[in-house]
Amino acid sequence: MSGMDDDIEPCGPTPSRELTQNPLKKIWMPCKNGLPERHIFQRKVCMTNCPTLIVTVGLPARGKTYISKKLTRYLNWIGVPTKEFNVGQYRRECVKIYKSFEFFRPDNEEGLKIRKQCASAALNDVRQYLTEEGGQVAVFDATNTTRERRETINRFAEQNGFKVFFVESVCEDPDVIAENIVQVKLGSPDYTHCNTEQAVEDFMKRIKCYENSYQPLDEVLDRELSFIKIIDVGRRYLVNQVQDHIQSRIVYYLMNIHITPRSIYLCRHGESELNVRGRIGGDSGLTARGKEFARCLGQFMHKQGISDLKVWTSQMKRTIQTAEALGVPYEQWKALNEIDAGVCEELMYEEIQQRYPLEFALRDQDKYRYRYPKGESYEDLVQRLEPVIMELERQENVLVICHQAVMRCLLAYFLDKTAEELPYLKCPLHSVLKLTPVAYGCKVERISLKVEAVNTHRERPENVNVHRTAEDALQTVPAHL
Amino acid sequence: MIVMVGLPARGKTYISKKLTRYLNWIGVPTQVFNLGQYRREAVKSYKNYEFFRPDNEEAMNIRRACALNALKDIANYFAKEQGQVAVFDATNTTRERRGVIISFAKEKGYKVFFIESICDDPEIIEANIMEVKVSSPDYENCDKEEALEDFLKRIECYKTTYVSLDDESDRHLSYIKIFNVGSRYLVNRVQDHIQSRIVYYLMNIHVTPRSIYLSRHGESELNLLGRIGGDSGLSSQGKKYASTLSEFIRDQAIKDLKVWTSHMKRTIQTAEALGVAYEQWKALNEIDAGVCEEMTYEEIQENYPEEFAMRDQDKYRYRYPKGESYEDLVHRLEPVIMELERQENVLVICHQAVMRCLLAYFLDKSADELPYLKCPLHTVLRLTPVAYGCKIEPFYLNIKAVNTHREKPVVSQRTFNSIADHQFQQLISMVYLFSRMWM
Repeated sequence: MSGMDDDIEPCGPTPSRELTQNPLKKIWMPCKNGLPERHIFQRKVCMTNCPTLIVTVGLPARGKTYISKKLTRYLNWIGVPTKEFNVGQYRRECVKIYKSFEFFRPDNEEGLKIRKQCASAALNDVRQYLTEEGGQVAVFDATNTTRERRETINRFAEQNGFKVFFVESVCEDPDVIAENIVQVKLGSPDYTHCNTEQAVEDFMKRIKCYENSYQPLDEVLDRELSFIKIIDVGRRYLVNQVQDHIQSRIVYYLMNIHITPRSIYLCRHGESELNVRGRIGGDSGLTARGKEFARCLGQFMHKQGISDLKVWTSQMKRTIQTAEALGVPYEQWKALNEIDAGVCEELMYEEIQQRYPLEFALRDQDKYRYRYPKGESYEDLVQRLEPVIMELERQENVLVICHQAVMRCLLAYFLDKTAEELPYLKCPLHSVLKLTPVAYGCKVERISLKVEAVNTHRERPENVNVHRTAEDALQTVPAHL
Repeated sequence: MIVMVGLPARGKTYISKKLTRYLNWIGVPTQVFNLGQYRREAVKSYKNYEFFRPDNEEAMNIRRACALNALKDIANYFAKEQGQVAVFDATNTTRERRGVIISFAKEKGYKVFFIESICDDPEIIEANIMEVKVSSPDYENCDKEEALEDFLKRIECYKTTYVSLDDESDRHLSYIKIFNVGSRYLVNRVQDHIQSRIVYYLMNIHVTPRSIYLSRHGESELNLLGRIGGDSGLSSQGKKYASTLSEFIRDQAIKDLKVWTSHMKRTIQTAEALGVAYEQWKALNEIDAGVCEEMTYEEIQENYPEEFAMRDQDKYRYRYPKGESYEDLVHRLEPVIMELERQENVLVICHQAVMRCLLAYFLDKSADELPYLKCPLHTVLRLTPVAYGCKIEPFYLNIKAVNTHREKPVVSQRTFNSIADHQFQQLISMVYLFSRMWM
C-alpha cells in the first residue's frame, strides 16, 4: 500500500497521512490502519457548508413553477441534492376542493389563514429536508409577492442558517401569460370540473387578487438581498448580490434557458465494428448496417423538415461517419466522446471478467460512481457534459449524435432520472429519441429506424458480489459475434 | 464588437484587458482598441483637463477623428486579421457616439454588446485613479496630487453630457450594466453563446485584493525515472518539498487559504503535508498522454517518431493518440479559472502542463508560448493582481529536484521532410475543427 518510506528524516510537525485509493471511484484518500478517513473533500458543486433556500417571487402564471422544476432538475443532475416545495400543492391538500378565485381574495380571512398555514407547513418540510435529509438546496415555490411574506422567509432562513436567493419572474406580455394558462393551468387539479373558458376567466380573476398587494423586488429597498429578477421571459435580467458559487451557477443557468418551442433529437452513432464484436470503447468505423442507419437517419431528419437544425457529434469516427451521411454541416464536441473505459478499452465483457473480476463486480455494485482504472465514471461524464447541456438549453433544434453512456446522461437530464437509474437507461442503436418540452416536462417520442443492430445494453446482474462466479457475472451480457 | 461605456476611472480598461485576456485564452481571437492610445498618438503631449472640456471644439474634432480611426482598425482586424471579438475601450458616454458605433456595426454586419460600468463610490474612484491614472503617460511630469486633481476635473467634463444606457430607449440593444464593481448587474438581450459567456465571466470577477499560489506536486517517482504521466507517489525529495511547502505557506500567514489538488496521488500527497483541508479537482489532472503514458521521451522517439516530431511542430494543438492536447487542457481548465476568479486566496497544487495553462491565462501568454513556459518542480509562483495585470513572484524552496522541462528543439530539415505531407495536413485540419468548437 502506498505510504511513507522508513528512511525519511522527519521534517515538519505533522507526518503525512498514508493514502489509499478508493477501489470504486479511484479517489486517493488519507487512511488510518487501512481505513479511509472522511477528512478530505472531493470537489463538489455546492461548496458552502450552509444550505441554500431559493425563493420564487411573482404573480400567478409567470413561470415560477416551470423555473422551479427545471432548476431542481438541473441541480440534481449536476449532483446537488435539490427539492422543490410548491405551496399550491400544500393548499390543495388542505382545501380538498377548489371552488373559485374567491379563495384568493385579499379580504378572505379564512383563505388567508389557510394559505399562511400552508406556507408554514412547507417551510417546516424545507427545514427538515435541508437539515435532516441531506438536502443542499430547497426551492420554495409560491407567489411570495409581499415584502412581509419575504421577511418571514428571511427570518426563517436566518434562524436555521440557510442562505436565501430570490428568483422573481416579471412579465406583462398578455400573450405569454395566456399561453402559460393554457399549457399548465387548465390541466391543474383546480380546474378539472370546468371548461376552458370558465377556467381562464377564473384564473384571470385569481391573478387580479394578487396584483394590488404585489411588491416587486426593488433595486433600492431590497439592495441587501440576493436575487435575480427575470423580466419578460429572459429579455432582461437584474442580478443583485450573488453570494457564492452555487448562486452564480444558478444565475448562469437561468440566463441560458428559454421557452421557444423546439425539439432535441438524441441518437447514437450507427452500429460500429467493435459493437458487433461485443467490445466496448475504441474508435472504430461503421458496419454496413451502421452506414444504412446513417442513410435512414438522413432521410428521417430531412422529412422532419426542420429549419436551422444544428447537428452535433463527438470526435470519434463512428459519430462523424454517421453525421457525414446527413450531408449538412455539423460541429464536433470532444465533450460528447464516449465514456473512457481506461484499461478496459476495446475489451469484451468476458475479457473484463477474466482480467479484472473485482473491477467488474464493483461496477455492477455502483455503476454511476464506478470509475474505470485510468478511465472515467458516469459521474465524471455528467460533469464533462454540463457545458453541452448548457449549450443545448441555449439552442433551438438540435440533433446530437453520440454514444450509449453519453446519451444516457443527456437523457437523464431531460427526463429527470436519478443517478441509480441513469446507467441503465435503454438507449439502443439505430433509434432516435425526439424530446419536446411540454408543460413542466419533456415529451419523448422513440423512433426506431428499422435497421437491424446488435444489442449493447447490459442489465445489472443479480449477483454483484465480488466473489461471484464468472457465469453469474456474465449472465446479462448481450449476444455478439 | 464589445463597446465599453462609462465615466473615466470606472474600470473600463481593466475590464477590457481582463476580458480580452480571458477570451484569447479560451481560443477566441480578441483585441482591445483603446481610444486613449489613439488620442495620445494624435496629440503628442497632454497639457491638462481642458482638452476634455465639452466646449473645446478643436479637441472634439481630434477625438472624433480618433474614434473613426479606431473603428477603421477594428474593421481591418475582423476582415484581414481573423479577429473574432474587438473591444472598443472608450467612454462612449453620449447617445450620439453610441449611435455612430451602432450604425458602423450594422453596415459591416457586426454584433454589438455594450458593457457599462457605473460607480458612485468616491473611494473606489480615487483608488482607481491612484492605481492606474497617475502613472499614465499623460501625467509623466506631474506629481501625484496634481495628477489626481486634474483627473477629477477631467471626469467632471464628461459628467454633463453623460447619458447612461436607458432601460426604455435602449431596450433593443444588447448590454450589461455593472453597478459598483459587481454588487448589481442589469443584463439586456443577450444574443448568443459568446455574449452569454462574457456575461458569466463578468459576473464572476472581482477586485478584492488576494493572491493565487501555483505549484506543482513534489518530485515524483516517475519524474526521477524521466517518465511522463502516470500516477506515482512522491520521491523522498518530493516529500521534503511537501513539508517545506507547508512551512512556507505557514510563514506566508494567508487569510482563509483554499487549497486545491488534482485527483492524482502526487498532488494529494503534497497537500497532505500541509495539514489543512483541501479540495480535489479531476479537472486539474495532468495532460493525458494516451499511448505515451509512463514512457520516457527516448521511448516515445523510438516507438512513435512521427508523433514525437508532430508534437514539436505544434505542441499546443498536438493531441497524443488516445490522449489530450494543451488545447483540450485549456478547455478542461476553464471551470477552474472561473472558480479561481470567484475565490480569493488559493493555493493550486497541480502538474507541469496544467500549471503552464493556468499561468498562460494569468500572464496573457499566447498559444505558442504556453507549452514552453517554465514551471520547474519545487517552485511556488505567487500571482497578485496589480493595476491592469498580474505581479508574479517565484519562490524556489531550495529542495533539489530533476528538471522536467523540454525546450522546443530545432527541427532538422531531414526530420521535417520525413513526415508525410498528408499527416501534416491532418494536423492543420484538426486546428480548424478545434477552432469551430467555441462558436
